Amino acid sequence: MSTRLVGEPVPRREDHRLLTGRARFIDDIDLPGTVHAAVLRSPHAKARFTRVDAKASLALPGVHAVLTHADLGRANAPMPLLNEDPGFVHPRTHRALAPGQVRFVGEAVALVVAENRYLCEDALDLISVDYAPETPAVELAAAAEPSAPLVHDDTDSNIACRTANRNGDIERAFAEADIVLREELRPERGAAQPMETRGVVAHYDASLDHLTIWDTTQAPAAARGFIAEKLGMAEAALTVIAPDVGGGFGVKVMLLYPEEVLVPFAARLLRRPVKWIEDRREHFIGSNHERLMIHRIEVAAAKDGRLLGLKDSFLYDSGAYCPYGPINAQCCQGILPGPYRIAAVHTEYTAVYTNTPAVSPYRGAGQPHGAFVMETAMNHVARALGLDAAEVRRRNLVRPEDCPWDSGRTFQNDSRVIHRDSDYPAQLATLLTVLDYEGVKRHQPAEREQGIFRGVGIGFYVEGTGIAPYEGVAVRVEPTGRVHVAAGYPAQGQGHHTTLAQVVAEELGVALAAVTVESGRTDRFAWGVGTFASRAAVVGGNAALGAARKVREKALALASEALEAAPEDLTFAGGAVHVKGAPDLAISLADLARAADPILALAPGAEPGLRAADYHGPREGTFASGVHGAIVVVDTGTGMVTIEKYAVVHDCGRMINPAIVEGQVLGGTAQGIGGAFYEKLVFNEDGQPLTTTFMDYLIPTAMEIPPIAIHHMESRSSLNPLGVKGVGEGGAIPAAAAFAGAVEDALAPFGATVRAVPLDPPTVLAMLEEGGG
Amino acid sequence: MTGGRRAIRVTVNGTVCERLVEPRLLLSDFIRHEAGLTGTHVGCEHGVCGACTILLDGVPARSCLAFAVQADGAAIETVESLADGDTLHPLQEAFHAEHGLQCGYCTPGILMTLKAFLAANPAPSDADIRRALAGNLCRCTGYAQIVAAARRAAAALRGEAR
Repeated sequence: MSTRLVGEPVPRREDHRLLTGRARFIDDIDLPGTVHAAVLRSPHAKARFTRVDAKASLALPGVHAVLTHADLGRANAPMPLLNEDPGFVHPRTHRALAPGQVRFVGEAVALVVAENRYLCEDALDLISVDYAPETPAVELAAAAEPSAPLVHDDTDSNIACRTANRNGDIERAFAEADIVLREELRPERGAAQPMETRGVVAHYDASLDHLTIWDTTQAPAAARGFIAEKLGMAEAALTVIAPDVGGGFGVKVMLLYPEEVLVPFAARLLRRPVKWIEDRREHFIGSNHERLMIHRIEVAAAKDGRLLGLKDSFLYDSGAYCPYGPINAQCCQGILPGPYRIAAVHTEYTAVYTNTPAVSPYRGAGQPHGAFVMETAMNHVARALGLDAAEVRRRNLVRPEDCPWDSGRTFQNDSRVIHRDSDYPAQLATLLTVLDYEGVKRHQPAEREQGIFRGVGIGFYVEGTGIAPYEGVAVRVEPTGRVHVAAGYPAQGQGHHTTLAQVVAEELGVALAAVTVESGRTDRFAWGVGTFASRAAVVGGNAALGAARKVREKALALASEALEAAPEDLTFAGGAVHVKGAPDLAISLADLARAADPILALAPGAEPGLRAADYHGPREGTFASGVHGAIVVVDTGTGMVTIEKYAVVHDCGRMINPAIVEGQVLGGTAQGIGGAFYEKLVFNEDGQPLTTTFMDYLIPTAMEIPPIAIHHMESRSSLNPLGVKGVGEGGAIPAAAAFAGAVEDALAPFGATVRAVPLDPPTVLAMLEEGGG
Repeated sequence: MTGGRRAIRVTVNGTVCERLVEPRLLLSDFIRHEAGLTGTHVGCEHGVCGACTILLDGVPARSCLAFAVQADGAAIETVESLADGDTLHPLQEAFHAEHGLQCGYCTPGILMTLKAFLAANPAPSDADIRRALAGNLCRCTGYAQIVAAARRAAAALRGEAR
């Protein structure tokens, strides 16, 4: 019998290289003759310039080139608009190098190439640019006003896009409401900050006219097409490789960042391998940001706590450009109602240009914002009606018997949000038991008498995962008996090579060790989109299963002939196909692979090789879900919040590898806690970033992240053969909501109200003051 | 601007490495690009993230905050020194068993921090482990599986089977 591998917490095959220092991250790629690059970045949030004077830089021994926009030609055309939105008013994308005008501190102005990075930075200091600074638009709400300074002079306002999404009879909902609440809620700006920054290495082989590009991108196949177009080369003349990548979380898929054009361009120009490695300060100003929105909501509720209608008009800070489209706003409005039955939901988002770095998805992509808004609204409805916050949630949840239940909302990639394969009331009940919710509530009055302010918060989420269009995986049994698996989408630490091997090895009845996996290299498999939106396991995993099944069918046909047995009498185990009940009547996969690649003659119409590729293209997203709970104690003197207990109940369907799933949940939750309490990118009124080191932008350490209890519920997805749902972002989505709810509950005696996250100590103290505490 | 080069002699993982270096060359760049040991990673270059942590004469140090010339005459240990051929160090074994790493970028610094920590504290509590790790940022794991790995490694190093 085949050994069960899917569902087992097998240790990762990726680990050995990483643990011994033998991995190959971007800066570890060391080609003979490599020269290094550095980017001159704008020191102004908004300025014009006419001249970039690089004479002194070029005079430095060891400096090979200084490129400005004028040197790039068509390679400097605007970057693609990745996401059309029906509401676009002024779509504007960036260029590789700013042509005469800069729009944020950090925008690329020139590229220096020199013998080493130290010399590059010397050369950067010697470049003189005649900037004429102008007044920038920095603060989101102010930038949305008609009187604001324009980020793009050829527009009549900073409104990039305004889009309404409406379902249900909103007038009726508000007419029938017993109460109507109005709130303004603000998740602040943050950033992914993977521990490895971005980087690009390019090598041009002039004799073959071929460019090989190592790139920390989360989307090498897509990047290849765009880079080829920018450089005026055939796609086939480019190989893009995502090597070992030190975390992504969204920030490493942009299509394209300037350096993805500049470094290959320079390598082709100079006929030398060129390496560019972003430093951390550059990452804070030269890579994309996330999170800032201002939501103005109106909630209509009946006196029993049922939500009848929800209006949400929100501003979305796009930064200086909108190349990704207002994708985070799209995702946010799509999942806004979360797991709740709300008959009427009307949203309108306005994406606004500001003189700050561009915004694109970071783990959750607008969904943490949606969960924060919805869950805070739930808490406020409960408070206004004098009801328990958990009970109000319970009364609003979509129940299993309602499913499939069409929420009326549409997520990213036109995916209808349809609830199925989940049990939200059971999730809530489990969480309340784990937290001893009743106990916390029961002890609160006495504790408050003693000056102990303990609170409990709940954060539900529905997570859009496994979205369109597709991924592909190729599986081949070699004549050696080894199985080769190639996927287009790369990994940034998620353990794809282990989980793909589990899926394929189980299907083909081979040992895990017999499977080799490669991914993220266009010279191995060039079809696919990329790793983002919690889609790799769903879209790629099912493509791998499909490809393995096709190979299995081919092997069965060949074995049936060789063993003179009906296919239904055959089974796969131990790297061979054998007759059921007769293990000695067998033929190895290696022999079958040889038979499939004959030396003498190939049957007419046959394809050689024991191999197949398959593609999984989901019609709609596979929605995962769960609920987080936090118990906190607030020090009302200092504003410090201590998380005493943190619990996660989640349902990502069938788990391919529970250890990897737990890693995703724990890591995502830690990032969510960072956004809830610590992390905020700050700009002054001139648009100068004030948080450009890890001393200013606080990423939680092992001291700040509490132990987290995880409870898995495995409701298999009915939408794909593996039965999986994505899990990459679920941890990050509800953490801020749960944390904020707990803080607000702790401070209920003071009438404190949550209006923003992160709730850092000064914000908590301000809440106390505002509440009259 | 490049200054005069200085001859230095650093023992890296037991091997003497003699180079002429610019005084401004960071120790992290010396290890990675002169000694050719790229297991030591650079995450922030301002001494906060801890990815570049090595042992400098047995003591954990941020190699991005030191110049190579300051290590002249010193002995350095990097992540490459941990395994004995194909046999992993108990710390590495424990990280593998407990899924203590995801992208693995911060891992070498964490392993070197823990090597020194466990040598001095063979039976730490979870709180001790978390305090010891407070100078190493990890963005992937949320730390729980790292703490479990450190606990497992401590037991293995004490000779306790699991």
